Amino acid sequence: MNKEANNFLHQGANPRKRKRERADTRFRWYGLIALGLALSFLVFFFVDIIGQALPAFKQTEVLVSVNYTEEAKSNYNRAVEHKLTHIVSRAWLRTIPAYLEAHPEAVGTSHDEWVPADSRVDQYVKKHEGHGLKSKYQKEVDALQQEGKVRSSFNIAFFETGDSKMPENAGILAAAVGSVFTLLITMLVAVPIGVMTAIYLEEFATDNRFTRLIEVNINNLAAIPSILYGLLGLAIFISFMGVPRSSALAGGLTLALMTLPLIIIATRAALRAVPESIREAAYGLGASSLQTVWHHVLPLAMPGILTGSIIGLAQAMGETAPLIIVGMMAYIPEPPSSILEATTVLPAQVYTWSTESMHGYIERTAAGILVLLTVLLSLNAMAVRLRNRSEKTW
Amino acid sequence: MSTNLETKISIRDLKLWYGSYEALHGIDLDIYSGKVTAFIGPSGCGKSTFLRTLNRMNDRIQGCKVEGKILLEGNDIYAPQVDVVQLRTHVGMVFQKPNPFPKSIYENVAYAPRIHGMVQDGPEMDELVETALKKASIWNEVKDKLHQPGTALSGGQQQRLCIARTIAVQPDVILMDEPCSALDPIATAKIEELMDELKQEYTIVIVTHNMQQAARVSDYTAYFYLGDLIEFGETQQIFTAPSNKKTEDYITGRFG
Amino acid sequence: MTTADLFLWFFAGLIPLAAMAFWLARGRAMAIETGDVRLHSRPGFYGWFSVIWLALPAIAVSFAFSVLHMFGLFTVPGPMLLAATFAAGGAGLWFSLGQIKAEFRARQAVEKVMRGLLLTAATISILTTIGIVLSVIFESIRFFKVIPIWDFITGTQWQPDTAFLIGAGRADEHVAPPLFGSVPIFAGTFMITLIAMLVAVPVGLFSAIYMSEYASHKARGRLKPMLEILAGIPTVVYGFFAAITVSPMIVEIAHSFGYEAAYTNALAPGLIMGIMIIPFMSSLSDDVIRAVPESLRDGALALGTTKAETIRHIVLPAAFPGIVSAFLLAVSRAIGETMIVVMAAGLRPNLTMNPLEGMTTVTVKIVEALTGDQEFDSAFTLSAFALGLVLLIATLILNIISTIVVRKFRQRYE
Repeated sequence: MNKEANNFLHQGANPRKRKRERADTRFRWYGLIALGLALSFLVFFFVDIIGQALPAFKQTEVLVSVNYTEEAKSNYNRAVEHKLTHIVSRAWLRTIPAYLEAHPEAVGTSHDEWVPADSRVDQYVKKHEGHGLKSKYQKEVDALQQEGKVRSSFNIAFFETGDSKMPENAGILAAAVGSVFTLLITMLVAVPIGVMTAIYLEEFATDNRFTRLIEVNINNLAAIPSILYGLLGLAIFISFMGVPRSSALAGGLTLALMTLPLIIIATRAALRAVPESIREAAYGLGASSLQTVWHHVLPLAMPGILTGSIIGLAQAMGETAPLIIVGMMAYIPEPPSSILEATTVLPAQVYTWSTESMHGYIERTAAGILVLLTVLLSLNAMAVRLRNRSEKTW
Repeated sequence: MSTNLETKISIRDLKLWYGSYEALHGIDLDIYSGKVTAFIGPSGCGKSTFLRTLNRMNDRIQGCKVEGKILLEGNDIYAPQVDVVQLRTHVGMVFQKPNPFPKSIYENVAYAPRIHGMVQDGPEMDELVETALKKASIWNEVKDKLHQPGTALSGGQQQRLCIARTIAVQPDVILMDEPCSALDPIATAKIEELMDELKQEYTIVIVTHNMQQAARVSDYTAYFYLGDLIEFGETQQIFTAPSNKKTEDYITGRFG
Repeated sequence: MTTADLFLWFFAGLIPLAAMAFWLARGRAMAIETGDVRLHSRPGFYGWFSVIWLALPAIAVSFAFSVLHMFGLFTVPGPMLLAATFAAGGAGLWFSLGQIKAEFRARQAVEKVMRGLLLTAATISILTTIGIVLSVIFESIRFFKVIPIWDFITGTQWQPDTAFLIGAGRADEHVAPPLFGSVPIFAGTFMITLIAMLVAVPVGLFSAIYMSEYASHKARGRLKPMLEILAGIPTVVYGFFAAITVSPMIVEIAHSFGYEAAYTNALAPGLIMGIMIIPFMSSLSDDVIRAVPESLRDGALALGTTKAETIRHIVLPAAFPGIVSAFLLAVSRAIGETMIVVMAAGLRPNLTMNPLEGMTTVTVKIVEALTGDQEFDSAFTLSAFALGLVLLIATLILNIISTIVVRKFRQRYE
């Protein structure tokens, strides 16, 4: 029971004290290690994804002499030397007849042209394992490289084409347009309804059973797994209402319902942050409740509402599972022209590519991911900046 | 009443900054053993801040910097080799709002002796808890419900439980930061009574807003104003014949 | 006339009409306000009043026809529908213009409608829930008509391959009946969730403790958004990472220890899912830890406890309900997570305790059943809805418990 006088001066004087000190240090280290683990995963993850994605932005090209003969119109394989037909991109070969239709003056000419190489050649040149190029073609490519007839250039096709059965021709354009269409619908449906719900709950609703039911309900909706929204979309929008399967409308509506609780919760928080004194001031001047909300509360809550909406839409943009259920993983080579057409979206395109067996798709999957992450992280950064700025003006 | 005064804590030229704001400007003060010392002064004068430097609770505030010396029985508590944790077993503290842990009454008191390894769980611990609760004059009220949560007690009882909790560590000094400000007059009277008993064993430093309280319970009083120690002396002298005009103004209620 | 054309014509007609109604009504109101006659409301409100009377009947009529069409009761040709719609709108407009008088309280009328509109928006969230519940339950009932519910819950064999033969009416006595025993699927879900929580709980909780109790304000401001990046990464990306990078790594590591691991092992999706969940665990725990009153920490420290003792003995027990609720929400995230398991876990239900073997989950089976090319009516497709029902019930229960727990916590400290 007795305590040594002034023992606070002697660190580690007795074993018990030393033990407690060690436990204290250890505990702090647990926290640091946990954070370190999480953050080092983040670094590893980004390095890995970027490392896999970067090669996709380069496309191997081969210098070949192209003979635009009459024969090539019907049999495009004849446009290049026979041994090169497996070296150059089949997708490019297939464009020759159409090109000759459009440019009859070119028939009969012959040019040396840099044309995209076949995906297997591309992978072989990039020295990726599992390139799948047969050894007789490997020698061919080696020879071409010796002659300086192989080069690598920026893969513009990746941004200009849709999906393709030939990896060297597969791009994200169709999926990107599909994502824009889908998100537009999500935004147009979820933001107004979400903001209106939040205004009702925060500014008008009296505390009764019905209001509490809505509140509990919104919290539950926020926790429901996204795939169940897919089941809802399939059963209600597609089977019952007759919205075309795989369409941007079906996907957009599904995502809108999924995003709704997020937007409601964010908007309510933003409305609640507006000081009560502002409302009292407006009411004191004889404004009606609607005028008070419309003229005073909403403008002040706007940055918060925008932040929440952006975060919600960013989440919808990265969502895949419910969209697969409503059929948005179809093979879509062309960008859609209406919201009722079959469409795919960026994350679904990433998923489709990841299931392909040819190695050329792996780097394209990673590249698609990189594009997706860039957009999402910029959206989130925008939202954070918006929030920080609005906090300052308050 | 000043026979054979022994200095418990002596503070020399203590300055304190919150970031770049200087909250205390060079305080010199002696706190005597076995006495009750009261810190009074208007809000924001730095008396609570000063109190918290005495057991280094202010370490927890980011950007808080201390200069000068605080000697507890001649040892500088801000010396680099000091173990803050051990220091606080010597200088305990009772806070403005009662803050019992969300545990049983028994556990509230037994917690600190157990982690310091003062006694083993069992009859010895029971005895220690009982003694502490008795010293804090709350034993009779809680002896039948030791295993009920401490948070279920009334405010005044909670505060006495917190005092019992502090006593159980057997500190030399007890710091009290406006211990009655959240309590009703009857609970306040009980705590004041308790302080009178406790000063037999402990050195007590109390911050209070209530001048009557300072006058009732303390032996010595220090008057703070805007981060300066204006006047320090025996309570009787401060309240009857203050030597400083500012002190007089405050005590007579001309401002504050 | 296609549906798209109909929509186009509807809005192309309605928007200019609405603008016209607004100007017309406002003009009429302003004409009344002369000299000593004062309008009850500002002229703009009379404008909006007319817009509402134009739009509401029009929308109501077209909505009614759409619903009739959807239930397959009654279909009118497009042009007729448009004509009926605009006729209703026109009638409403004509009525509203007749209402415009000085003493007419246009503002009250408009606000009443706006309030109704807000309420309607608020009910959509309830309709969503009803929609999810109904869509899952109806199809589940159809499924349980074919497959007894008891077999579904307790069966240990999932072999649905012959279901399509029955669906096509080509089953005979040589074909084994399809088996829909979901126990191995639940076991797989449980295993992967368990692995995920083994990663997410310690890392998330200790990160939260470090951020709320040790890190400076500035460091916390930097660390928290960085952790939250983890929550912002789409799950399809995690799935790719788990399948392409982590799974082969695990196979290799296991091999070097002399174990055989499948490429569809449960460990890879479990680990990655755990990492995905870290921010949920850490943010929620961080919030509740910070909600523990500072006075409790002061009280403990003043008794001479070390920082770790304060956290372990005082702060964490006080924050425990909140941490439990964070844990439950994280579990519901994990069992509902789809893409990671679809891409990295197996397809074959496998009742095993070995995380290095391939196993499958509820969500994988839902996706498989609904992306296959089987008839919508086959028991195989319908099994997705039965599994969805289980998922829905599980997440709702978890969420309700966590809400109750967290409410108890808040009552204690607020």
